[in-house]
Amino acid sequence: MSTIRNQFSSLHDLREKAPIFLAVLFGTTIYASVCNLWVPEESIFHVTTYTITLLGKYLCYALLALSVDVVWGYCGILSLGHGAFFALGGYTMGMYLMRQVGDRGVYGDPLLPDFMVFLDWQELPWFWHGFDQFWVAMLAMILVPGLLAFVFGWLAFRSRVAGVYLSIMTQALTYALMLAFFRNEMGFGGNNGLTDFKDILGFNLQSDNVRVALFLCSAVVLALAYCLSLLIMSSRFGRVILGVRDAENRARFIGFKTENYKVSLFVYSAILAAIAGALYVPQVGIINPGEFSPLNSIEVVVWVAVGGRGTLYGAIVGALLVNYAKTRFTAVFPEAWLFALGALFVSVTIFLPQGLMGLIKDKRSVTGKLFFWRKGRKPEEEIV
Amino acid sequence: MTILEDVKQAVQRRQSNFFSAKPPPAVDISHQVLLYVEGLSVSFDGFKALNNLNLYINDGELRCLIGANGAGKTTLMDVITGKTHPDTGHVYFGQTIDLLGKSESEIAQLGIGRKFQKPTVFEEQSVLANLELAMKVNKSIISTLWAKLSPSELDWISQVLEIIGLKSQYRMLAGALSHGQKQWLEIGMLLIADPRLMLVDEPVAGMTAQETERTAELLTSLAGDRTVVVVEHDMEFVRSIAKTVTVLHQGSVLAEGSMSDVQNNPAVIEVYLGEED
Amino acid sequence: MISLVKHILGITLLIFSFAISAADEVELDLRQISQQLVGAKLKALPVIIKQFEAGGEVALPMLDAMLKGRLFIRKSDKLIVVGERQENGDYALMDALSAESLTALPKKQLKKVKVNNRLRMQLRDIIARVTLFSADPDIRESAVRNMLNKTSKDNIAMLEQAKNVETDSSVMELIDLALAINVLTTSDIQAERLSALEIMDGSLEPIVFNTLSTLLAQDDAGNNLEADKVIREKALKLKNSIQQEIDFYELMEKLFFGLSLGSVLLLAATGLAITFGVMGVLNMAHGELIMIGAYTAYVVQLLMPNTLEYSILVAIPAAFLVAGAVGVLIQRGVIRFLHGRPLETLLATFGISLILQQAVRSIFSPLNRQVVSPSWLSGSWELNPIFSLTYNRLYILFFALLVFFILQLVLKRTSLGLNVRAVSQNRGMAKAIGVRTEWVDAMTFGLGSGIAGIAGVALSQLTNVGPNLGQAYIIDSFMVVVFGGVGNLWGTLVGAFSLGMLNKFLEPVTGAVLANIVILVSIILFIQKRPRGLFPQKGRAAE
Repeated sequence: MSTIRNQFSSLHDLREKAPIFLAVLFGTTIYASVCNLWVPEESIFHVTTYTITLLGKYLCYALLALSVDVVWGYCGILSLGHGAFFALGGYTMGMYLMRQVGDRGVYGDPLLPDFMVFLDWQELPWFWHGFDQFWVAMLAMILVPGLLAFVFGWLAFRSRVAGVYLSIMTQALTYALMLAFFRNEMGFGGNNGLTDFKDILGFNLQSDNVRVALFLCSAVVLALAYCLSLLIMSSRFGRVILGVRDAENRARFIGFKTENYKVSLFVYSAILAAIAGALYVPQVGIINPGEFSPLNSIEVVVWVAVGGRGTLYGAIVGALLVNYAKTRFTAVFPEAWLFALGALFVSVTIFLPQGLMGLIKDKRSVTGKLFFWRKGRKPEEEIV
Repeated sequence: MTILEDVKQAVQRRQSNFFSAKPPPAVDISHQVLLYVEGLSVSFDGFKALNNLNLYINDGELRCLIGANGAGKTTLMDVITGKTHPDTGHVYFGQTIDLLGKSESEIAQLGIGRKFQKPTVFEEQSVLANLELAMKVNKSIISTLWAKLSPSELDWISQVLEIIGLKSQYRMLAGALSHGQKQWLEIGMLLIADPRLMLVDEPVAGMTAQETERTAELLTSLAGDRTVVVVEHDMEFVRSIAKTVTVLHQGSVLAEGSMSDVQNNPAVIEVYLGEED
Repeated sequence: MISLVKHILGITLLIFSFAISAADEVELDLRQISQQLVGAKLKALPVIIKQFEAGGEVALPMLDAMLKGRLFIRKSDKLIVVGERQENGDYALMDALSAESLTALPKKQLKKVKVNNRLRMQLRDIIARVTLFSADPDIRESAVRNMLNKTSKDNIAMLEQAKNVETDSSVMELIDLALAINVLTTSDIQAERLSALEIMDGSLEPIVFNTLSTLLAQDDAGNNLEADKVIREKALKLKNSIQQEIDFYELMEKLFFGLSLGSVLLLAATGLAITFGVMGVLNMAHGELIMIGAYTAYVVQLLMPNTLEYSILVAIPAAFLVAGAVGVLIQRGVIRFLHGRPLETLLATFGISLILQQAVRSIFSPLNRQVVSPSWLSGSWELNPIFSLTYNRLYILFFALLVFFILQLVLKRTSLGLNVRAVSQNRGMAKAIGVRTEWVDAMTFGLGSGIAGIAGVALSQLTNVGPNLGQAYIIDSFMVVVFGGVGNLWGTLVGAFSLGMLNKFLEPVTGAVLANIVILVSIILFIQKRPRGLFPQKGRAAE
């Protein structure tokens, strides 16, 4: 009897799955960092800073994929607009980094970022105040996308917008934001976005040490997000979410306010995406409205689909694989990448609905294993 | 303008119970009537699914609803459980609780459970998880995040598993059960929620004769403590359980009484058998 | 048949040669006069120029060039030429009389024909007179219109002269108007001025409004510039009524642009209304099917370079067939396997849209291409001086409605339509009674895609054709369909026009980008209120 109770506790899954994942994640990241910092450049084991930054970018994408998987894989909400939350998170970080530039900009204005001087603005817009403080930026990073997700999700889920309707709405959301951020009047640098950052928390962004630190930081955040999501998804809350995905009416008729569950999950997911964006910006050094483009958001969905939705590690593996392929592909034949991506969309949906993880695992449903992970236990075992 | 008002209202409602649910108010049954349905009309695109329907269900009663397809049985259940909003009429739970305007989940938390015509369970989850979710516990987000099964709850689940005969399949995915077993599981989910009023839509479809008998037994044993409303096409089954039968026809009540009364009612005979020459 | 054509051809040629010889004579005359310009002193010029008036319209380009200081004498052979400075500093030349282009020359080899202000005035007068007495009423009309805001004494005299011989009523009206404006501004006699105002009443010429505004203006101290109170009151009344009309036509213009945008949306959304509304399949490659239609128009134009006027008429069925065929391919190759999985269908068709975009980029280059509008589609229909409708938008509006009604007929009156409706309402039952649902699915999808292709042809007349042409339309079309009510084609019609109007009425207030955003947000809010659109499909079956 106690075994059953154990399996219904969240910690059980964490104990079962997290160690392998964490070992692989930290094993590779620490190895890469060491090889960058302490192995001399001539050595074949040396990892270039370029590679470190690239890997850091992949980890941010993995976190973004994780956030999409949480809503799509577990709750059936296909969001085609998670890029918007990612970009909003990125912009909050970008604003902080922009304020850190101080008077070292091209125009040397102590208060106004370069693009504002260029646009001949006299004073800082109100929403830029406070962003010279790191904690304000971090708070905004959580609150702004979280609030947007709450309002949007609350409006959509309350009126029971679901399925493709919801997907198109999310796409329209990110599209509208893209249009808005392209405008200079918005005060976020318009077309060019925010760039030419100098340092973060006083450390030079160009130095190898800071790059490695950001890379490791991404890994830690990804690990935390993975563990937290695992805990949530294996709690009773997670089972309600699965229930909402498979039979929302049933969940309503046994007394769950499914809208509230969906909104909460959507907000959680949006915050994860925003954190991914905030980690991404200092590593790539730029954030512009292109990040809001609907194509970006839908690409994330394909990462998750390739890896296997409804499994957290599947989303992460999918993000890493597809992005690695993209890096490789665009270097060799840039023309063909869209063909390949398009073909990936079609083939994954038709031939691999459960993704690579579904291919690897046996026929048993992936989500079913959330509860009964341990092998060798016979189904006939008595309950009492 | 109206949207804004809607939003405002909804926010006020939400603030009180977004994360934590209030305990449901007690049901006032001082007049022995648990469910009042009065003057209910619902129309779909000109078709009157319910037409000025009146129905009173006493506390502890076992009531069977019969009627041809399109008589309005399922629509009636939809209205009671909050899925469909009527054009006119009232639905009261006990003396005081107005069910109209309440959401499905609020109605469920008041203690009204429903089994669908087509068995609806969480197919991707185990039998055990299905029962766990249906259990009568705090259904707010915060409490489900931290919830753990207590020994007494597990006991209760185990009892229900025994009743529905799925004890050895408890770790199977619900989707892998047979049609009849899914029916049982759904009944189990009703039981475990410990509702005041159970609305059961065609419980024995797809069951063997033996299972049908057990279902009849179960439903009769439940009545008394709880109130049970059964919709069924299987007249044998209805005869075996029913004390009071209500016949619906074209969205309103055609006849009400014991099985034999109803069977001898000329109006019912006319509708079911056609006019006698 | 052939002989007849030859005959007609012969006659046409004959007429042409006559016309040419007549013009030639005048030109010869003028050429002699123009040669007098060579070496002529400035003082002698007025006499020479005066002679040009007899040459009528043939001399116009020369006079015009002289007025603008672009008339030159080629030093090598003393030919009078019109020159225009090119980017490299040389002058592009053409014969001042025959308009034949000549080889460009540097400035050094040219001598400018000098003009001074007196000459310019003389030239203007001559030009005005020549055009005022032109044989073509349209030229006369534009000549008068040019004089409306230049009512000098000479001009008035000329106009009065012209009034005596004018036969065309609309030119006559314009002349009267010019004279009236003159009377109003110069005369002292109240009665005369009042009757002038009477003539000006109801005219929408901008100059009338401006004249009245000047008349009613006040100086800095707040005193009226016009002393006569009766005139002032009458003028104010007139001005207000004109203002009202201007407002009215501005509204009409907005309405027209709204309808025009609505018709584009309707064309784009009708196809989607069929594939999504009737079949329940959200085809994210819908925009790319529109793009394929536009490229078909482009290719058809390349294939028939000699009959550009009619290529668009060939392009419409061609685009229907090409886009329809691509649609059927998509349905048979991909969507069929994803039946009942709408989200997967969405993703797969999005993949297809990427492939189609990239394919077009590889085949036609990523640059925009232009589809030439035939002459019967260009230009505009001028209803009055401030309100005109462009023909391409007008035709597209009618075309969109035509397509829509034909589609309604197809769905209501043909066996395909019957099958489509049957399958959309109850697939299982349709199958059971022997409808070939697979075939119906393919045909429905082909029909919807074909209409997207036609939409592309229409769009090619409004914008350039590029690989990204269709991208924006999927969201817009989806909004239209959802707003109107899924599964209801009439809803799509209403939805398209109301969104088009809303957009055009918001645009002047908020700007184009913000208008887009406002509409997106308001549709999201609208769906809160009416989740199933303006005209929902009712009944239990729709749930």
